[in-house]
Amino acid sequence: MCDQTFLAVVFGPCDKCSKEKPLRAVYIKSEQLSYCSLCVEMMATEGLHENETLASLKTEAESLKGKLEEERAKLHDVELHQVAERVEALGQFVMKTRRTLKGHGNKVLCMDWCKDKRRIVSSSQDGKVIVWDSFTTNKEHAVTMPCTWVMACAYAPSGCAIACGGLDNKCSVYPLTFDKNENMAAKKKSVAMHTNYLSACSFTNSDMQILTASGDGTCALWDVESGQLLQSFHGHGADVLCLDLAPSETGNTFVSGGCDKKAMVWDMRSGQCIQSFETHDSDINSVRYYPSGDAFASGSDDATCRLYDLRADREVAIYSKESIIFGASSVDFSLSGRLLFAGYNDYTINVWDVLKGSRVSILFGHENRVSTLRVSPDGTAFCSGSWDHTLRIWA
Amino acid sequence: VLTPRGMSSAGSLSSMQRLVEQLKLEAAVERIKVSRAAAELQQYCMQNACKDALLVGVPAGSNPFREPRSCALL
Repeated sequence: MCDQTFLAVVFGPCDKCSKEKPLRAVYIKSEQLSYCSLCVEMMATEGLHENETLASLKTEAESLKGKLEEERAKLHDVELHQVAERVEALGQFVMKTRRTLKGHGNKVLCMDWCKDKRRIVSSSQDGKVIVWDSFTTNKEHAVTMPCTWVMACAYAPSGCAIACGGLDNKCSVYPLTFDKNENMAAKKKSVAMHTNYLSACSFTNSDMQILTASGDGTCALWDVESGQLLQSFHGHGADVLCLDLAPSETGNTFVSGGCDKKAMVWDMRSGQCIQSFETHDSDINSVRYYPSGDAFASGSDDATCRLYDLRADREVAIYSKESIIFGASSVDFSLSGRLLFAGYNDYTINVWDVLKGSRVSILFGHENRVSTLRVSPDGTAFCSGSWDHTLRIWA
Repeated sequence: VLTPRGMSSAGSLSSMQRLVEQLKLEAAVERIKVSRAAAELQQYCMQNACKDALLVGVPAGSNPFREPRSCALL
């Protein structure tokens, strides 16, 4: 996604032995400390039983992975599309661009709908974040960020604020004001601080908390008012590129996807990873929950989208075609979960029948990569954003 | 600034320990058969299909994006 990330080595006093050495970050009870490599190894050996060595742990890990696959395979008695054989096939779809939102000066990287099903916030490589009225295509607010590549933006549930961030490694919240004399940037509040780029952000079910994902390999939950870190989520082996919160009825979990090809489901309260899935062959750019909360879809640079069922604990469908060779950047479900809309790097949007696994439509219109895609809150339309600087509303 | 790149920064022994603990947790997850999970995904689709405007369409005039925009003449 981004061109380069740098590993900066810090030299300083170790938090444990106080000697001046090259330091590494360690996380103890979600607190970040800096230990020298000797203290890191010593801390690790403290918890070990007599016969445990690195080699025996590796063997144990391999056998556990094997057991996990075995347990999952035992319950794999049928494919989703086989179960769906008797479902009526979908007819022809007439979906067209109904609105085009022009105004960004560079690639559109992210967008989100307001709960009023009408307003949209979008962010761009040009550093601008714009709030649009999608019915009229008017721009209602615009703010210029201090950095370029604003990779993430989100609308607050109340509709009164937006959050955004990117190469500044932060997530900032801007209250939306209709007072023409007020400068939006003046009321900016810095909430999240990561040690690498912000790739995704989302408010939880209130304006008070924000969940973030970052190129530093972690996700984090923040209190908006105080900027305090409430919980951090460690487990991805590389940049985290996307996240999605479970529908509110299904409890406090969220799913994240990353450059380590893994999709991970987390318990928001404990910080624990509950389930993880590693079947993609490349970076996972987008994850989205199925509307019932029992499954989620992913879009990847390996040119496939996949469906993972959380109760069966496995991948249950792959949406792919030999003719599709470019990565899927963004996915979302229609209201009933029957359709999966996916934006690709070959400028198209493919519409998939989630149950039968077949493609039902291909939508042309964008003149560059589709980078972001979301269905409106009431399911009447969906919006796509592209590197061609525009956003399109489809219905 | 310290920029941890993934899990390899914390030492191979401790990260291996964490991995083993995590795998034990994941192996213990309760699972249901795919046939049952798939049937329930399908049931959800069927139950909500009528409300899904992008799937079944809506009566003419009730989708704000499909109707022609009104022009205000000043």
